[in-house]
Amino acid sequence: MSTTRQYELVYLITPEASEQEVADLHTQIEQIVQRFHSTLDKTENWGRRKLAYEIGHHREAIYVVETISSTSGDVVKEIDRRLRVIDQVIRHLVVRVDEEIQVAERRRDARKANQARRRVARGLPPEPAPGEQRGDQDMDDDREGMEVQR
Amino acid sequence: MSEERGGRGRGKGGDKDKGKDGPRRGGFFRRRRVCKFCAEKVDYINYKDVRLLAPFLPERGKIQPRRISGTCAMHQRKLQTAIKRARQLALVPYVTD
Repeated sequence: MSTTRQYELVYLITPEASEQEVADLHTQIEQIVQRFHSTLDKTENWGRRKLAYEIGHHREAIYVVETISSTSGDVVKEIDRRLRVIDQVIRHLVVRVDEEIQVAERRRDARKANQARRRVARGLPPEPAPGEQRGDQDMDDDREGMEVQR
Repeated sequence: MSEERGGRGRGKGGDKDKGKDGPRRGGFFRRRRVCKFCAEKVDYINYKDVRLLAPFLPERGKIQPRRISGTCAMHQRKLQTAIKRARQLALVPYVTD
């Protein structure tokens, strides 16, 4: 199987870590990713965030989210191993997301197609105009008979 | 339990109100609930979006059951994995007391 897989990596760094250390961690991950011929698509630094519960006496942590594309799962294994060893990283999670995103996309496309079909059947243009009122309730029949929205 | 869900079938069997279909007769009106994710057309329940998950976590931090929130089976399942992932990342609590 040579399909590209997409992973999301989230890791939490101790709040004591300096900017430099955060950047170092990022380059470390980047190197691992490159070594496995994968690509790092996106990096998001959420900065300091309060934790919902204490992790090893820490009440807050620096969150970093990275999106990685790869053709094999070996990158994840290596990243997982490395992050577990590094003390500054207090928690990390890798999730494979390509399948979920695909499913979501398919569902959205199906809904759009369905909506267009039904609009055409009612003699309207397939795409709703930007300012069109939803008085006709045609976008979703699954809510028929519903009195109160919200 | 099924009494809140089957709003359409209400006309037929609604008046019988046998046994376990409890609070209906006592004048306790419950609004028909609709799956929030279906209504808002959320395709992907993102585990990093705390604001999306928060309404399904009552004060104890437990996942709200479907029979209360009205979420459909498919979205409840996705919500469940999303909440569990968020818990691992300390975005959302396991328990609060």
